Amino acid sequence: MHCAVLVFPGSNCDVDLYKAILQIKGATAEYVWHKDTDLDRFDVMLIPGGFTYGDYLRPGSLAGVSPVIASVKKAANSGKLVLGICNGFQILIEAGLLPGALLPNQSLQFICDVVPVKVTQSESPFTSSYQLGDILRLPIAHGSGNYYCDEATHKELKSNGQIAFSFTPENNPNGSDAGITGLLNEQRNVLGMMPHPERAVKQWLGSTDGLGLFQSMLEHHKA
Amino acid sequence: MLKGVITVMLQQNVLDVQGQAVQGALKHLGFESVEKVRIGRQIEMILPTEDREAASLQLREMAEKLLANPVIEYFQIDIKEA
Repeated sequence: MHCAVLVFPGSNCDVDLYKAILQIKGATAEYVWHKDTDLDRFDVMLIPGGFTYGDYLRPGSLAGVSPVIASVKKAANSGKLVLGICNGFQILIEAGLLPGALLPNQSLQFICDVVPVKVTQSESPFTSSYQLGDILRLPIAHGSGNYYCDEATHKELKSNGQIAFSFTPENNPNGSDAGITGLLNEQRNVLGMMPHPERAVKQWLGSTDGLGLFQSMLEHHKA
Repeated sequence: MLKGVITVMLQQNVLDVQGQAVQGALKHLGFESVEKVRIGRQIEMILPTEDREAASLQLREMAEKLLANPVIEYFQIDIKEA
């Protein structure tokens, strides 16, 4: 499984993501600058967290129209896996690969914490290593992670089983609609999520609960 | 030359936490009666044309493609003499 780690001006979780991939036996990774458009050699496209273009205009909006994103869309349409984490999630939404919007946290505060995250869809290439209802301990670090969509979209997301991860009702740090914090596209080959699985891959990082996500992707690739 | 002005605002049904916080601060200053503060963004640009209709179409396309997010925002276009 050869993974592209996309790098934009202002990406800052690219190295973490790259190193997380190298934890997985059978996975390799390569950095790709946002002006490159040839992604054919990759099986998986990874969009890391950060503050691309200083979050100007709206978080993810300027990166969302970068040259590489057209190729990411092409890869997604061909069925390849695309994962966006934190700012990567914001970019996928701005690029129109996932529905809804990410608003500033309801508290207006930047939240940096480790929180319980519930697996609400285990039947996807990203979550098959988990059990439905598993509570993962994952780090979050964001200022705009408050997921919003209109009622019709919400109903659709629910009935299609597109909600992959949710905060628990007792612990919804940013005010997201129904605690949504991980979202699949309808085909389930694109996932955007606010929590950072790449920062939960070693016991000394405080949690290894993120490994399952990358493991799931590898299993999907082998199948 | 024309000046294009695009004003982007959050839709009424989207909670504006920034506006709420500013409303609170205005209250601290004694502006107790202020209601429903909403914060948006204005983008100005110079367009090297005198054709208002073409400029309007172009500005609309820019707003739809990048400057406003139709899921949560709406926009208004004004065209002035530069």
